[in-house]
Order: sequence, then structure tokens, then C-alpha cells
Amino acid sequence: MAAKPKLCYFRGRGRMESIRWLLAAAGVEFEEEFIETREQYEKLQKDGRLLFGQVPLVEMDGMVLTQTKAILSYLAAKYDLYGKDLKERVRVDMYADGTLDLMMMIALAAFKTPGEKEENLALVVKKAKTCYFPAFEKILKDHGEDFLVGNKFSWADVQLLEAILMVEELDASVLSDFPLLKAFKTRISSIPTIKKFLQPGSQRKLPPDSHYVKTVRKVLQL
Amino acid sequence: MAAKPKLYYFDGRGRMEPIRWLLAAAGVEFEEEFLETSKDLEKLRNDGSLMFQQVPMVEIDGMKLVQCRAILNYIAAKYNLYGKDTKERALIDMYIEGVADLNEMYLFWSISPPNEQAAKMTQMKDKIANCYLPAFEKVLKSHGQDYVVGNRLSRADIHLVELLYTVDELDPSLLANFPLLKALKARISNLPNVKKFLQPGSPRKPPMDEKCLAKVKEIFQLK
Repeated sequence: MAAKPKLCYFRGRGRMESIRWLLAAAGVEFEEEFIETREQYEKLQKDGRLLFGQVPLVEMDGMVLTQTKAILSYLAAKYDLYGKDLKERVRVDMYADGTLDLMMMIALAAFKTPGEKEENLALVVKKAKTCYFPAFEKILKDHGEDFLVGNKFSWADVQLLEAILMVEELDASVLSDFPLLKAFKTRISSIPTIKKFLQPGSQRKLPPDSHYVKTVRKVLQL
Repeated sequence: MAAKPKLYYFDGRGRMEPIRWLLAAAGVEFEEEFLETSKDLEKLRNDGSLMFQQVPMVEIDGMKLVQCRAILNYIAAKYNLYGKDTKERALIDMYIEGVADLNEMYLFWSISPPNEQAAKMTQMKDKIANCYLPAFEKVLKSHGQDYVVGNRLSRADIHLVELLYTVDELDPSLLANFPLLKALKARISNLPNVKKFLQPGSPRKPPMDEKCLAKVKEIFQLK
């Protein structure tokens, strides 16, 4: 029996959260090793498992993979969440990268000074309302289907749900002008693997708090 | 006959350059429409051509594609430059995402205010010399083959060699201790499509200069 994928990262969302979501959506159980100290991190680097000296790190199928998007692409292809052909694939990639950009803005805001952080997060909500969510609402409106691409569940749907929930944590009313996204959110949340991941006790991580920021700063010497 | 791909960006490297390199390496002729002012960007946005209101945008095969990685993935897969299976693809992706990270550093350096550039340059050179180049040299050493992945030309070779040219422009001495990378650069540069792209008069763009920077700042309304 194949070993479970093993994730190595901080105990928090950061750049690993999208990977956790995708594995969970695909119904794949995974293990996690959490980095808590500088010594742990230095050991990882010395072990030669981090190609460019950075995490996220995912070990699976005999490979030692780093680089978030490389890992996500591999998982999407492996678990048939990448569209049925090249033209569907490019749409999945476009939509996934758009949502990743939005979520990265939120992840990075946690490391700014309090004033800057508030400003950045307000900007994220604005971008979500004026740029990203309108784009996705239009996609759903234009084809009238349940999923973003090819009338079939894909990586793009997982990421969009993840992004919606993240932005709602900042502003609970953010979907008020987007009825199709609201319906999308309900629909995707009730997919059994996703429903399970959304329950307390799953491997889903909490928004970054001061302890998380402090740990990351200490380990990465930021 | 299929229409040529059309690239929408400003007349400079930025985030479009890897796309130009990859199309060129694949032997694909393309057209370019250059943004000259913020009004040009506004027009594209108002036309609904830019999914997330951003460039690069590439019109290809009846689609208006945005997001560099998506565009590059499509071109690489279409022209068979993406390895032979998902595992080779994962390796290629890992390597090129590293190249992309370094390209981001270079991009931000090229548009930073002069008083910040020296510090950013030091940081960048440190990463180039101590992290990225050693990693790629090690990959080449580990298999001793002529190409980065799978013993055959892929986008990994193209993106990496593009990076090596940039590194060479920043400081030629950075490549001194990496014989395998130097050999890869020479070998890939000799491929007919790449050789053609490296010649004057090709769509390859020069490094950012003051004039281009001023234009970029106006187009994107940067401070």
C-alpha cells in the first residue's frame, strides 16, 4: 500500500493550505510534520530535501517536492482535477492562479505592521469585490454550470471555495452581490470530502495569529 | 491557417519575456501589441479582455489567456516541451518555479527606487550564487545529461537558460563556478530556434532602462 503523502511546513496556513485543501478534496489522507524551531529548519536544509532551501515540502510517490504550484499541479493531474484536455487545463490554471494571488495577499498581510496589515487586508476585500469575484460570477453566469470548468469538479473549484471562505473571514458580507458564488459556495461545501475537511478536528488550519507569525519569523529569521 | 498568437504587454521584458522565449524556442511566430499608456491598459480592461484586469494577456487558439504560469503551461504542453509524464512534469515545475521566484526578485529590483536597488541587488546575487545556481548545477551533475529533465529538451532548459542570460547581464562572474550550467547555456543557445531568438532584430527585449521604467510607471500607475 502506498505511503501517505507527508507535508512539512509551519503549523498554519501560509503556502501549504491550498495543498491541504486539494489533498482533502481528493479524499487523500496525509501526514504532517510541523516546523517549530530554527534547528529543525536548518536540519531540513542540510538534509538536502529542500531544493531551493524553502518549504512547503511534500514527500509523495517517491518524490521530494517543493514549490507550491508544482505540488498543486501534480496533485491536480494525479487526482483527475485538472480538466479533460489542454484547453480545460489552461482555464483551471488561470482560475487557480487568480485565486492563489488573492490568498497570498492575505497570507503576506499577516507579516506587516498593524497599520499596514489593516490597509492590505482592506485592499484584498476591495480586490475580491471589484475584480476577482465579479470575474468568477461571470464565468458561472456565462455557462450556467455547477462547476467552473468543463461541468466537472476540478482544482479551480477547490481553490475558489478556499478563497471565498478566506475573504469572508475578513468581511462576512463579501458575497452579497454575487448570488451564483453564494450558491457555488454551498454546493462545493457539501461535497462529502470537502464537508469533512470543513469540520472541526480536520487538518484545515486557522488564520494566522501572532504566535504563528512569531514562529515563522523566528524560523526563517525574517 | 491558424492565426499567430498575439501578446499584449508593454515593450519590455517584465512578466512577458519567458513567454516570448518559450514561443521562440518552440519555433512559433507571434505578434505583439504594446501598451504605451495607461489609456491602453484601461481600454483592454474595459473591453473585458483581461480576466483579472492584468497583463500579460495572450490571444491564442481562440482564447484570451492571462496568468503567466497558465499561459506558459499551455504553450509548453501544446509544443511538447513539458516532459513525458506527470512525474517529469512535477520535476520541471519544481525547477521552473524556482526560476520564476528569481525572475520576480529581478522584476522588483528593476522597478525599485534607485536608493533601494543596491541592497536588493546584494540580496539577489547572494541567492543566485548560494541557492539557485548551485541547485541547478547539482541537478545537471546528478544525471550528467544534456538537458535538465528527461534527457530531452523541455521548457526547463529554456527558462533556465533565459535566467542564465539575465545573471550574465547582472554579473558574469556569478557563472564562473558553474561549468555544467555554462555548458547548458552554450548548448541551448545553439539550437536553431534559440540561436535565431538571440540575434538582433528578434522579439527578445533588452533590460529595463529609464525610458521604459517611466512608461511602465505611467501605464500601471505605480508610485
